[in-house]
Amino acid sequence: MPYTITNFCIIRNNKAQAGSLSYSDTSVAGHEFLIKAYQHFGISYPKFYKMDNLSRLGFLSVELLLKNHPVHQLYKPEDVGIILSNASSSLSTDIIHQRSISNRSEYFPSPSVFVYTLPNVMIGEICIRHKFSGEGCFFIHERFNAAFLHQYVKLLLDNRIIQCSITGWVEMNEQNYESVVYLIEKQSQTNNQIVNFEPGELNKIYLKDS
Amino acid sequence: MKEIFAIADNIVTPLGFSTQENAANMLKNITGIRQWNDVQIAPEPFYASLIDDETLNQKFASFDDPARFTRFEKMIICSVKDALSNSNVDFTNKKTLFILSTTKGNIDLLEKNKMTVFGNERTSLWHTARLMKEYFSLYHMPLVVSNACISGLLAIIIGARLIRNGLFENVVINGSDIITEFVISGFNSFKSLSTGPCRPFDKTRDGLSLGEGSGTIILSSNRNRSAVPSSVCIGEGFSTNDANHISGPSRTGEGLFLAISKVLNAHAARISYISAHGTATLYNDEMESIAFTRAGLQNVPVNSFKGYWGHTLGAAGVIESAMAIYSLKNNLLLNTLGFNETGVSNPISVISKATPCKLENCLKVASGFGGCNAALLFYKA
Amino acid sequence: MENLVEKLKSEIIEALNLAEMKPEQIDENAPLFVDGLGLDSIDALELIVLLEKKYGLKVANAEEGKKVLYSVNSMAEFITRNKKG
Repeated sequence: MPYTITNFCIIRNNKAQAGSLSYSDTSVAGHEFLIKAYQHFGISYPKFYKMDNLSRLGFLSVELLLKNHPVHQLYKPEDVGIILSNASSSLSTDIIHQRSISNRSEYFPSPSVFVYTLPNVMIGEICIRHKFSGEGCFFIHERFNAAFLHQYVKLLLDNRIIQCSITGWVEMNEQNYESVVYLIEKQSQTNNQIVNFEPGELNKIYLKDS
Repeated sequence: MKEIFAIADNIVTPLGFSTQENAANMLKNITGIRQWNDVQIAPEPFYASLIDDETLNQKFASFDDPARFTRFEKMIICSVKDALSNSNVDFTNKKTLFILSTTKGNIDLLEKNKMTVFGNERTSLWHTARLMKEYFSLYHMPLVVSNACISGLLAIIIGARLIRNGLFENVVINGSDIITEFVISGFNSFKSLSTGPCRPFDKTRDGLSLGEGSGTIILSSNRNRSAVPSSVCIGEGFSTNDANHISGPSRTGEGLFLAISKVLNAHAARISYISAHGTATLYNDEMESIAFTRAGLQNVPVNSFKGYWGHTLGAAGVIESAMAIYSLKNNLLLNTLGFNETGVSNPISVISKATPCKLENCLKVASGFGGCNAALLFYKA
Repeated sequence: MENLVEKLKSEIIEALNLAEMKPEQIDENAPLFVDGLGLDSIDALELIVLLEKKYGLKVANAEEGKKVLYSVNSMAEFITRNKKG
């Protein structure tokens, strides 16, 4: 059975876009944009402020991806799989934790920083928010790897391990951030424009206005 | 169902540089965990199972110049080389994939003095993948899984899936992590470190001990890829999420119960042995006892290997699976070192004495930060 | 003591990233960990770090921690008591 990309969300260069949702603000510095976007879309989830920048980016991407999409009604929580990837793992937060311990007279490691020194904690945050309990995995790739993500998500769907997948790239480093996240389903439920789930299509979307 | 065989394996820990060496020491109840008093790593003394630098360099010197590689890289290479030497898998072949499982990789390079020697990029896990591709002349870029403490088990599950779906013939899985100031300080800030060698499932347990390790398991759809035809297969495995809390395990064992249920659904077999995560924190062990009981497995013999090696993070799923495979092959249940009296509210059957026992299969489980859980079945061919 | 309570409220908001909260919204007598601010186990550990970092005070064990972190007032009392001692 062919699978389709039923929605996608792109957040980079101080711009967030998913379907008809769009917001941009170039007046703020890089990571500040995530807070601005959170406020702009009227999301109410105070825990957002407790997250590190990587989790904020992933959380926000999925928030916009699912805002006008009935994933929660269509699938059981255990049938939604979250397969994400990036290049820098949790490096931006690793550096913050390292700073807090590099000087013995100022040695104050923080549990709320340390917990985010694992990239898959972002998947945990998304699962808590949306009550998803299915397959999850975080992969590290040097660049966005459409071929692998396609291969692995297709395998999960083919084997009926999951019915629907949130997959893509959520990258955060000290200088920059970039997220392109896709919703993959067995057939289009809400969208008239069918985009086949193929590596070429994933790449085409990834390269959009970049 | 297409059969996938466990072809060869290796375990690198303070207890030895091969699975055999580790097993021999474990049968003598020897632990790698001891007290360390090194202000470079932590302001106060701590218990951990750390690999001696000199021993590692000596072993590594037979392959290459130890100065050219980091601790983390040397551990991977030592472990993978030993496992490969017990198989006839062509590592450089198009049909073979290398999966690397780790939580923190070269995390010690974030310490200022070390970064300058090896350069900035070396801290990135994609760089480790690239380096391994070059070092071993691999056809494919290695796949890197970084999913907290279930990384190793999840990497095996993924490797088996890729073979089962005909995408590769062989998958070599390595799980490795080093224990540094970074890791110790973090777990310490969570107040989760034990005051002595950890005591899984015990009444007096008071936290986990961290450990360094590297483990390798080679999977293949061709059972003749090992010198002696393989007798252990990799069954179905699944990962799940508690969707409850990012650091605390679910009080009802929700995610782990779901993962185990999926495995039991896929295999009608009666479970003969469980290799638990058993970190020896109050909450983890309690949560596991709840999940096992909910799944009706409270009478199945269960052990935790953490008392021998500590919690080896991204390596744990791989080295513990290698030891579970060893147990299956030898029909032997190893005791839970550090365990004396049950300290979980659900009375599960913790193994307190090494016992010969005819084993058909083993259920291996793991749980980690981010609310993730994994369960996988190994069975006899 | 009153100044300390107000100061603590701001420090708690900062340390726990309670961005949408104002100091006057925190009741110094109310329990911190039951409903109220929606705090969890990581927040409790973070408050222990706060006491060490800003006041140089160590909480001896979990038992004491529970008492000290009961409310903003109990935290302030702990600080006052140990500073004088």
